[in-house]
Amino acid sequence: MAVQEALGNTALLEVKNLGITFGGLHAVENFNLTLQKGDLYGLIGPNGAGKTTVFNLLTGVYKPTAGTFFLDGKELKGKKPAEINKMGVARTFQNIRLFQNLSVLDNVKVGLHNQMKYTTLTGILRLPGYFKSERKMNERAVELLSVFELEGSLDTLASNLPYGKQRKLEIARAIATNPKLLLLDEPAAGMNPNETQELMETIRLIRDRFDLTVLVIEHDMSLVAGICEQITVLNFGTELAKGKTEEVLKDPEVIKAYLGE
Amino acid sequence: MKFLSQLISGVSLGSIYSLIALGYTMVYGIAKMLNFAHGDVIMVGAFVVYTACVAGGLSPFFGVLIAVVCCTLLGVVIERLAYKPLRSAASLAVLITAIGVSYFLQNMALLIFGSDTKQFSSVVSLPSVTLADGSLTISGETIVTIVLSLIIMVCLYLFINRSKPGKAMLAVSEDKGAAQLMGINVNAMIALTFAIGSALAAIAGALLCSSYPALSPYTGAMPGIKAFVAAVFGGIGSIPGAMVGGVLLGVIENLSKGYISSQLSDAIVFAVLILVLLIKPTGIMGKKINEKV
Amino acid sequence: MMAKNLNVSPLSNQKKGLRPVTKKNFITYAMVIAFFILFQTLMSTDNLKNAYQSLLVPICTNVIMALSLNLVVGVLGELSLGHAGFMCIGAYAGSFFSVLTEEVIPITWLRFTLAFAVAAIAAAIAGILIGIPVLRLRGDYLAIVTLAFGEIIKSIVNVLYIGVDSEGLHIAMSSSNLNLLEDGKEILRGPQGISNTPRDSTFFIGFILVMLTLLIVTNLMDSRTGRAIMSIRDNRIAAESIGINITGYKLLVFTLSAAIAGCAGVLYSHNLSSLTANTNNFGYNMSITILVYVVLGGLGNVRGSIIAAAVLYALPELLRGLRDYRMLIYSILLIAMMIFSNGAFFVQLREKIAFRFKRRTAQDAIPGRVE
Repeated sequence: MAVQEALGNTALLEVKNLGITFGGLHAVENFNLTLQKGDLYGLIGPNGAGKTTVFNLLTGVYKPTAGTFFLDGKELKGKKPAEINKMGVARTFQNIRLFQNLSVLDNVKVGLHNQMKYTTLTGILRLPGYFKSERKMNERAVELLSVFELEGSLDTLASNLPYGKQRKLEIARAIATNPKLLLLDEPAAGMNPNETQELMETIRLIRDRFDLTVLVIEHDMSLVAGICEQITVLNFGTELAKGKTEEVLKDPEVIKAYLGE
Repeated sequence: MKFLSQLISGVSLGSIYSLIALGYTMVYGIAKMLNFAHGDVIMVGAFVVYTACVAGGLSPFFGVLIAVVCCTLLGVVIERLAYKPLRSAASLAVLITAIGVSYFLQNMALLIFGSDTKQFSSVVSLPSVTLADGSLTISGETIVTIVLSLIIMVCLYLFINRSKPGKAMLAVSEDKGAAQLMGINVNAMIALTFAIGSALAAIAGALLCSSYPALSPYTGAMPGIKAFVAAVFGGIGSIPGAMVGGVLLGVIENLSKGYISSQLSDAIVFAVLILVLLIKPTGIMGKKINEKV
Repeated sequence: MMAKNLNVSPLSNQKKGLRPVTKKNFITYAMVIAFFILFQTLMSTDNLKNAYQSLLVPICTNVIMALSLNLVVGVLGELSLGHAGFMCIGAYAGSFFSVLTEEVIPITWLRFTLAFAVAAIAAAIAGILIGIPVLRLRGDYLAIVTLAFGEIIKSIVNVLYIGVDSEGLHIAMSSSNLNLLEDGKEILRGPQGISNTPRDSTFFIGFILVMLTLLIVTNLMDSRTGRAIMSIRDNRIAAESIGINITGYKLLVFTLSAAIAGCAGVLYSHNLSSLTANTNNFGYNMSITILVYVVLGGLGNVRGSIIAAAVLYALPELLRGLRDYRMLIYSILLIAMMIFSNGAFFVQLREKIAFRFKRRTAQDAIPGRVE
């Protein structure tokens, strides 16, 4: 680490021996991962392999029982979800978690909560700062939404969006928090091949445009093979294989884990 | 001796709370709703006993029996008409409906019996027992309440854990969907729960008014709330929790009445509840619920 | 293809003029103002029966209570069954202040304004106190704790004796323990409460207070803070994941809502000459009544809360001709309304109809529907 820092190429995310046990069951054990800035990394594995648990550990939803992890050299272990987000980690959820009764625009504006601030009193008294800040928020939110072609449904309730658009809105909301690291949990779930293709392009686009490092959990192998330069395969909470995507996907152990003996 | 006598009457009051709390907790466990009208079922039960014994001249035993039958029917009818249409609705909507049912029962009683307080004659004919050279007197009501509650609780416990319908009720409270797939008639089980809860409330009503013989349309409200507190105290949804919670609540209430202040006894009960929930947010015997992310 | 053109002019697709939210709020303000002008005119031209005149200030009190509870239940999404407790604290603090300073501050409007300030602060402190356990509890457990809290407040004011003499304030649990000097007077007298509160509440002041509450609530909801609060309601885990401080905002809502309820208490207590606390004015019955207004008005629906509170408060009075049956009718209406607006059968029916006529947008909500 020290040498790396001196050379000025600290990894963006450094996960060391991360693990969690639920009542004796090792849901995730000895998980290691190093992501450099700008990486587009895949995390795959059969159902119940512990992929989402890794996300929950990295975002502070669960407290790890072993190991630790660093973002930009700062330790995040033990911090609360909101603090971790403020330090630069944003995520989406496998089962979409939007603010159902808020409009599409407001969903993204909540994401901008810590980016453009004014006090509660400014809001209640409608001081000039309110109007200035709201205008900036609206502009930024629309800009983000247009990346996902959602700028046409600003006033629609999030719950009334079609499924595919809900997934996109969730990504837009995550990006609104201005993260360094974006965790996408099965972004292509429930999408048809065309939509998946589109999504792949969008993920690459946002990575470049917003200087993101992206970690994706995905079941859709075409998406993983299409965009992830490197992947880790999890099985029963432990790392089964790791490396360049095309090589890992050919690994007989990996094929066995997916297809059985 | 004062302490012992306070303690015994606390246990007696607590057993009544337990009987009522069982209704709350069983309904909560199976239908996931706070049945705010449960307290008023007690009042209905007491009024039935009152009418049957005072106006009808029946013996207390038959009076209580009729009350149990009436309240059982009432519980099932309430469930069928007011709660069943809202089975899939948000819990707050069901809560408000339950409040509506509570208002309905109170005002129905008000119309029929008027607002003046009735003198309830005890259903217990057992004489009081004097112990320790006359320094400790236990009333017949207290003895009957404690013994009867104990019998009922044991029977209920055996019914739920040993009998087939009891196990089916447990299954429904664990997972409605899965229970249905196993061929359990969920609607019947919910109706059965309301029936049992209301029958217990009728007995509780008769016992409560025998010990505290003032009956009005609002008699059930406060014991109802207290029993609700007792159910939460013990961990709502847990049957042993309701029993323990009820007795504890009764004891705390009586001891604070005796030693601190009778006006503040309710406040003390509620303060203890808040403390318990702060230390153990799901009650004494409540299960911890983990949210899946 | 995804839109690659990221320089779309901001909000270009939004129409000029008022945003739907703003327009909706203005309609609500107009409605309240129109209601005030109508009844004020009726009153000054002697066209309103005395029985109805006496309803106006309580209607304002109930509307304010509903608006403040809506913040907790509708906007934050936490169930509270003890809201009357905050009103009770406000009523007692306000009345106590007014009786105490009646001779010192002869200017009515100044004394009354200060009474509101004192009550709001007292209730807000209680809001923070109850807010702390609230942060650890959820759902039904929270509901029971708030109920317990409301009952504790009611019990405590019923045993408290406070008097004043030239030495200062004396607090005790009984009249004889106050030990007041010759020049002293008892202000709060346990179960007898506070007597001779100056009757400063008027329909006009009630109206001003309703408007202020309305502005605070609507402006809050349409602001950064309001969005954060509603995001907690809609999905707590997602809200945390985007950096929302759940604890802070919950505490804020409880405190603000308590302060507003405290002000409603002042309006209530200065409309009566003697103030006592019982189940129906400050106990769980009152808390539940207010909750009924909020739920029937539609959670998070400000206009619905106002209409429900005003209509449902007045309804038993308007049904007075039906005598003993009025509360029975009220309870049946309540059950019928809940089943109609939330029962599976009727919800499906309505959705079928709604689907044909219009698409639901962000600003629509069916009154009484619990989401």
